[in-house]
Amino acid sequence: MKLIADKTNIDFLGARRRKVALAISALLVVVSLVSLATRGLEFGIDFTGGILLEVGYPEAANLDEIRSNLNSAGFPDVQVQRFGRDTDVLVRLPPQPGNEASEVRETLQRTLQANGETIDLRRVEFVSAQVGSELAERGALALVIALLMIFVYVMVRFQWKFSAGAVAALAHDAIVTVGFFSIFGLPFDLTVVAAVLAVIGYSLNDTVVAFDRIRENFFALRGVSAELAMNVSINEMLARTLITGLTTLLVLVALLTLGGESIAPFSIALIVGVIVGTYSSIYTASATALALDVNAQDLIEPIKDPSLIDDLP
Amino acid sequence: MNNYPWWLNTLVLVILMAACLLALPNIYGSVEAVQIADADGTAYGAAKREEFVRVVESAGITPEASYLHDGRVVIRFESTADQETAGERLRSQYSRQANVATTLTPKLPKWVRDLGLSPMSLGLDLRGGVYVLLEVDMNTAIESRMALYEQDFDERLREAKIRHRVDLTDRVVTIRLTGAADVQAARAIIERADPDVLVLDGEDGQSLTVRMTETQIKDRQDFAIEQNLTTLRNRVNQLGVAEPLVQRQGVDRIVVQLPGVQDPNQLNKILTATATLEFRLVDQSGDEPGSRRYPGRGAEDAQVLKRQVIASGDQIIDAKSGFSEGQPAVFITLDSAGGERMLQTTMENLNKPMSSVFIETRRETVMRNGVEEQRTVKIEEVINTATIRGVFKNEEVINTATIRGVFKNSFQITGLTPIEARDLALLLRAGALAAPVYKIDERTIGPSLGQDNIDRGFNAIKIGFLAVIIFMAIYYKAFGLIANVALFSNLIFIVAMLSFLQASLTLPGIAGIVLTVGMAVDANVLIFERIREEITAGASPQNAIHSGYEKALSSITDANITTLIAAIVLFGVGTGPIKGFAITLMLGIITSMFTAIVGTRAIVNLVFGGRKLASIPV
Repeated sequence: MKLIADKTNIDFLGARRRKVALAISALLVVVSLVSLATRGLEFGIDFTGGILLEVGYPEAANLDEIRSNLNSAGFPDVQVQRFGRDTDVLVRLPPQPGNEASEVRETLQRTLQANGETIDLRRVEFVSAQVGSELAERGALALVIALLMIFVYVMVRFQWKFSAGAVAALAHDAIVTVGFFSIFGLPFDLTVVAAVLAVIGYSLNDTVVAFDRIRENFFALRGVSAELAMNVSINEMLARTLITGLTTLLVLVALLTLGGESIAPFSIALIVGVIVGTYSSIYTASATALALDVNAQDLIEPIKDPSLIDDLP
Repeated sequence: MNNYPWWLNTLVLVILMAACLLALPNIYGSVEAVQIADADGTAYGAAKREEFVRVVESAGITPEASYLHDGRVVIRFESTADQETAGERLRSQYSRQANVATTLTPKLPKWVRDLGLSPMSLGLDLRGGVYVLLEVDMNTAIESRMALYEQDFDERLREAKIRHRVDLTDRVVTIRLTGAADVQAARAIIERADPDVLVLDGEDGQSLTVRMTETQIKDRQDFAIEQNLTTLRNRVNQLGVAEPLVQRQGVDRIVVQLPGVQDPNQLNKILTATATLEFRLVDQSGDEPGSRRYPGRGAEDAQVLKRQVIASGDQIIDAKSGFSEGQPAVFITLDSAGGERMLQTTMENLNKPMSSVFIETRRETVMRNGVEEQRTVKIEEVINTATIRGVFKNEEVINTATIRGVFKNSFQITGLTPIEARDLALLLRAGALAAPVYKIDERTIGPSLGQDNIDRGFNAIKIGFLAVIIFMAIYYKAFGLIANVALFSNLIFIVAMLSFLQASLTLPGIAGIVLTVGMAVDANVLIFERIREEITAGASPQNAIHSGYEKALSSITDANITTLIAAIVLFGVGTGPIKGFAITLMLGIITSMFTAIVGTRAIVNLVFGGRKLASIPV
């Protein structure tokens, strides 16, 4: 069975298409950045600090009642929402300075079962604001370090123009994925940071595979333009790019639908990232390298001993 | 063409079988058990195991199995009821000598245990429990050390009859003296007392300033952390939790993980408690230098107490709670130095009152100029005061009203509620914290959520895996089936490595496995697409297989190494959930490279290698 014809010859990188693709990428990035700047992210308590409770009620929970009970118990800025099932409720509070955690916990527990229900406290998290900001810093640090190391590796294995292309594609993926969370107001927690880094890994995998073929074709198809060599390579890799994307999406959809509420943001980030990453390794990475005027010469290692040339017939 | 030498085939087979063996313990499920560990950490032997089993059997319960594991005795039961009854019986019989914990343990057959194999350990988000991140207050650690210096210098100078005044501000002890000769003499005394401290002459030529060197401060901080780790381990062990984890994290943090614990409230009091005792003489004149007024706890009267401490919490080697004349009491035993000092003080101070001071440190958040600020508050309260009234050789009792005799090593104090007495005894027994600790992160996962997470996670793996397998079989026919064998082996390899490394599997870790399943086929896809290309280009089937594998190799390595870089960074920089994800991702990348490049090649060679083929099913 084949999804893609044996020899596709789609002109991915023609001057006009490339411009359109770059325009789309630029638009996605700008929209993401604008949303990040204006709307920001729905940070989870991992980053903001605060208190989070996941509570299971025996019957469908009345959110308004829970909210008003908590308000009158002295917690004005409380968020109450359903979590997956009708019976499951997520309660979120900002940090409660000056109060002993154990007292806050007892008060919360008492208030939540005000009607005498037996509740199942599934999860209780107290994160201080200090730890929250540290976790945020470390997450950002991880992103930057990963991008830098990848840049160096690709530079050693290929050449700096490819490095620039790869990192541009990765930054594009990371920004658009995080932007997606901002635009749709999805909860952004530590697992999402992990997902964004996994997206970087995945997209990079794609990009490097494409670059590898481009390098091969630069030598195999001597004399053709860089644009053509790249286009041939992308066409040759098209089946692989799409199939790997598809199998990865298959498992991710399984994870999203079956993995439960707490892993959902992670799954969403990966699904968005894999789609964007597949697109970016076709367009963004190669287009950036082309824009930097990459050519076969860039990949030929300089001959160290000139006398060798004379020996050639 | 396309034949592996026999040894390579054998190697692949041996590796696969080893992986199967390592992964095997995970299929047995778990069973109720009681774990008994020696309170002093000594490893138990076979005799102890038999003794414990006899105790359990005397309660009318037949254990399902019992064995030694890491110097602990594990006894397994058929039901939760049996487990609880046996646990209570053991606890009441061995309360002082052993830590008894009820837990779930893997139901491994004897031969698997004998091989030293164990299943993957589950993270707290999968098994339920409490995670606490504590911060050690290093400032207080340094300041309390400086306070000891201050007291020590003061005493030494007084003994040497040098007129002086000492004062401690901002970690600097200033000693005011009169005359150059005294300055010289005082300097010599201080340098003899501690040759490492930094002693500087004051600008006026009439004083000395003493501070700790950078090295001393660092040593003191390391000491505080190490001491706190030991103390916290002792405290946690006394709570009867199976497999607790107490670990240093970074410069000034300590992580405590307690699987299975559901109520963090009791735990918090025990973990962060700094409660300790000090014994001081009452300053009856009220105006001795250095004397201070201490408020009373509850109905107790406030007292002015002398500067010198007769004995303090770190000299207490044992403490038990109980009742004395109907009142809750803590029975205390001092070490020999503390005992000597106590004996001498009480002999010299007959008929004078002495107080027990209860000390506790808390961190409070205060608002200063609209900014939240953490402030350390030390609470010191007199819990009882008694008069030293007589000399009794071996009668060693204090009660609320009077100190009846000269007491040496052991005595009792009252003036607390029963719960306070019990907690204080536990804390004194486990040792004091060298510096206060504060909780900055606490996560509790209930058992139902843990089970939910396991069920959902594995369900996602199953369905995702199935979808990929079906797709591959349809799309790449026989080669797809071979890739599926590799994919399945890949799962076994990941589970085997996780079991071997005993890295905790967490929910993000499961997500990492799911992701790996999706990505692991990538290497196969690369190879198979390449083979197809070669065939389209007119290569013979055998040549197509050969060059397909060969040419795909550099892409596969480059792609996987770059992903590995991302995973390693995640592991190095990440915390908590990120780390769990990074571990499975790293393992998955490594195992999938092996299965795709060597594993499937071995099968392809066995099936198709070395014979004439008209076409290949790819």
